[in-house]
Amino acid sequence: MKLGYFPGCSLHSTAKEFDLSLKAVAGPLDVELEEIHDWSCCGSSSAHATDHLLSIALAARNLSLAEQQGLSQVMAPCAACFSRLATARHEMAHDEEQAELVRPMLARPFKNAVEVQNVVALLQGLAGRIKAKATPLTGLKVACYYGCLLVRPPEVAQFDDPEDPTSMEQVVAATGATAVRWSRRLDCCGAGFSLSRVGSVVRLGRAILEDAKASGAQAVVVACPMCHSNLDLRQSAMEARRASLGLPILFLTQLVGLALKLDPASLGLERHFVSAVGVMRALAAPAPQQLPATRG
Amino acid sequence: MSLAIGPGQRLEDSVSDGSSHPDSSLAGDLRRATGLNVAACYQCGKCSAGCPMAAEMPLKPHQMLRLAQLDLRDELLSDPSPWLCLTCETCTARCPNEVDPARLIDGLREIVFKSGSAVAPLRLRAFHKAFLRQIRRHGRVFEVGLIVDYKRRTGALFDDVLSAPAVFRRGKLALSPSNIEGRDEVRRIFEACGQAAARKEVHS
Repeated sequence: MKLGYFPGCSLHSTAKEFDLSLKAVAGPLDVELEEIHDWSCCGSSSAHATDHLLSIALAARNLSLAEQQGLSQVMAPCAACFSRLATARHEMAHDEEQAELVRPMLARPFKNAVEVQNVVALLQGLAGRIKAKATPLTGLKVACYYGCLLVRPPEVAQFDDPEDPTSMEQVVAATGATAVRWSRRLDCCGAGFSLSRVGSVVRLGRAILEDAKASGAQAVVVACPMCHSNLDLRQSAMEARRASLGLPILFLTQLVGLALKLDPASLGLERHFVSAVGVMRALAAPAPQQLPATRG
Repeated sequence: MSLAIGPGQRLEDSVSDGSSHPDSSLAGDLRRATGLNVAACYQCGKCSAGCPMAAEMPLKPHQMLRLAQLDLRDELLSDPSPWLCLTCETCTARCPNEVDPARLIDGLREIVFKSGSAVAPLRLRAFHKAFLRQIRRHGRVFEVGLIVDYKRRTGALFDDVLSAPAVFRRGKLALSPSNIEGRDEVRRIFEACGQAAARKEVHS
């Protein structure tokens, strides 16, 4: 399966391990990722919070590049990039007045023919293949954290149920780990305030992680670089003068990589602030009834 | 604008469709910026109930929409509340009348930002400006450049910005910007959007 790949700025820097682990699992799952040549930033919150037209035009440039490259689908692992590209696709189709303004800004023809996908949808579609190739992560309890933009707003994301999604849990089930039931899996982590309003990020993140912890999770699984950096990097600030959280934050692709028995270094697992060593040690301990691995 | 609504007149009617008299109310500005009708909000408060930032906002989302309906422009646009929205889209997903509060709040920010007014909290405004400057310059965001520019704009020189050295050790920050080939193309997009905004200003 060939798929257009839009890494976005975070996957080239603060969330390098998301990029590494995605590429590491792509091979064993028979997914060929073709990066959009010369992609530019999707515009992120700063564009849509200050100039809506700019936010659509910046995202549409990337869709036009994908189209020029002959791609019919683009996968954006970052939830924010996914949301911006999906918003551009949606509005270019539904707001003709605006589309007329945007089209001349693009340096190439644009038919708006490229579908936008997120990484959870991709892995959900591959759940059968993951299960067949996995050495089950038996006994590992994880909290699936969706955050905001994978499912909201529903008419843009067009993915899963906006109030009670199950796609991440399906992927976790395929890895053999257990997804715990918990409440705050759709709450916002503070997103774009990671630099400019840290106090809000700490308040919101703490409520999320305390709930995950109370639900018995040993790790939290995410599919967004901003959720990851807020919950991982700021976790020590959330613990200040309170009970320790000690929750490793894993990208969903890293969890899948662990189930596929890939080298933890190739998944970038050592790059996190909250160490995932404990989780890996628990997995290394012989499980009572280990199923034979179908693949080494 | 009169706040009274006469018999047989819906609040919606007080918002012009732009066909005859350009509507100079805030609701009119919002309609031009977003295509949305703020009068459609019937103040159920569901947006504020689910808002993760409501606890920190002087004006909750449904109150922002109410002030817009009442055309209390200065009270609303001088308040920091619109800037505290994280665009988590919970309000928009739950609104029973498809008002799209998240998009309207973006519209409020856009109106303030383009007016050059300094009411947006310094750090949030500085972040947006520094972020957009990175895109305009390189086509992508260069985090170290973003942090330096943000610090310069805010004077927050000694803040623990992203715990930089520890982030660096983990190989999470690039040393130099990656300039895309299509930088001019991106710059032209910024320029064209600036011109479109200026045209809108003249016509309204």
